[in-house]
Amino acid sequence: MLGRRAFLRVLALPPYLWLAALLVAPIVLVVLISLRPEPGPVDFGDPWNPSLIQYWRILETPAYLRQLGISALMALIVALAATVLAYPLAYFLAFRAGDRASLYLVLLLVPFAVSFLLRVMAWRLMLGQEGALNTLLQSVGLTDEPLDLLLYSREAVVLTLIYVWVPFAALPIYAAMGRIDRRQLEAAADLGAGPWTRFVGVTLPLSLPGAVAALFMVFIPTVGEYVTPRLVGGSETYMYGQLIQDFFGRAASWATGGAAAVIMLVLTAVLILAGTLAVRTRVAT
Amino acid sequence: MNHSAIGVGRTRVPLGTVFALMLVLLYFPIALLFVFSFNQNTVLSFPLRELTLDWYAEVFSDDALLAAARNSLVVGAASATVATALGFAVSVVFVRLRSALRIPLLALAVLPLIVPFIVLGVSLFLLFSFLDVPRSLATVAAGHSILGLPFATLILFARMSAVDPQLEDAAMDLGASYATTLRRIVLPLMGPSLLSAWLTCFIVSFDEVAVALFLAGGDPTFPVFLYGQLRFAQRLPVLIAMAVMLMIGTVTLTLAAFVLARRRP
Repeated sequence: MLGRRAFLRVLALPPYLWLAALLVAPIVLVVLISLRPEPGPVDFGDPWNPSLIQYWRILETPAYLRQLGISALMALIVALAATVLAYPLAYFLAFRAGDRASLYLVLLLVPFAVSFLLRVMAWRLMLGQEGALNTLLQSVGLTDEPLDLLLYSREAVVLTLIYVWVPFAALPIYAAMGRIDRRQLEAAADLGAGPWTRFVGVTLPLSLPGAVAALFMVFIPTVGEYVTPRLVGGSETYMYGQLIQDFFGRAASWATGGAAAVIMLVLTAVLILAGTLAVRTRVAT
Repeated sequence: MNHSAIGVGRTRVPLGTVFALMLVLLYFPIALLFVFSFNQNTVLSFPLRELTLDWYAEVFSDDALLAAARNSLVVGAASATVATALGFAVSVVFVRLRSALRIPLLALAVLPLIVPFIVLGVSLFLLFSFLDVPRSLATVAAGHSILGLPFATLILFARMSAVDPQLEDAAMDLGASYATTLRRIVLPLMGPSLLSAWLTCFIVSFDEVAVALFLAGGDPTFPVFLYGQLRFAQRLPVLIAMAVMLMIGTVTLTLAAFVLARRRP
């Protein structure tokens, strides 16, 4: 019979093996393939002569860098907007909703439970010349001409993604606010701090880690997006995620695509590290 | 001065109104989809002219659509089961094993949260090509088990931290092996959170398209099928009708997962 310690060691094996096979191995494989000199299609039987040529191909092509920059910028705008919009929602839930907080939280989460693709599609119905907003405005008589409501544009992609992520962004902020010791606010009030001073001096800094978590929870899935821009974007909204997908699809350039994916992975890792450190220093000082 | 006295000096920001307004904005596009699924015309225009249930009827004669929905149920259930079982193992090991082994395990288990989906999709795609594994529902389920694992781990880890280790000691003093102790003492204590973890993983998988597009073979999951069909405008009402029915299911599941996660044992 195994003792507790031995049993726990055995219990650690299945998740270790599963993660090694389906998370670590694939990422190592992408890195190895991205170091191949020929762009692809990759024949795994070929000898492996590591070279950085694929990375140079990406880094020396201004169009690719532009897509990376635009995707990162779009993801940043979406993440910032979703976090800023979610912040008052979380604040309301944490400090104003009282006993009904759970109910309101559920109401906020229901839209998030609706299929991602469907919520994106909803915006295709909303925007555009023939979209619901235009027909609605015209049938009520507010406008005669259909307004050019931004479908198939970069703004449409950003707007749709902000819509998709707002409820999700509220969760970590709400969690951080829930951990704030209410006595700190009372102490501030006793010392004569008004509502705004209490907010800026106590609530805001203490909820900041939650806001940063929200930023990342939106930024990470958004920066690699390739589905939404294909559905509500147009030809000039091509994102870096689509570039990666095309390297693996149409172009069959697995090595170049691998390098593009590794660059994105490194970029996100660096940003997360920087964000975590920034929060640490702020909380520490 | 009572505790609600904090409320006395509130700012005048009408947060309740802001919240209500935001809910309206969040629900409006979804309501629009709902309305569209009852609309006779395949183009949405106001005022609505003829309402119909035909699209819902058509769903049940569309074999490809039904097959895709069934595939998603299978993939969701399989990946949620694997992720929950592994998440349970990770939580127990991390909370109970006093060894350096436990830290990289937890780190790895939540790592998929910070890897963009496209990178996960691409790398799993390369792995299966390398291993000559044909893409199928099984490869999608394998990928989704990795996506669900962080959620399962975080939910179960929180609950496991609250399980009193003395209960385990007591069981073992009475002669139970650790395996029996886990099964008879720990598992029942974790009960609702296990279900909550499973439901969360199921929903993550059921709705996932970015990774699934790389891993699905000829047999698509519902989101992959939906993605492929969305460019045909005349197919939209049927797809939305199906999606509305699935939506009612996932919303119910989400609420169940949420309620179970908050329940105090």
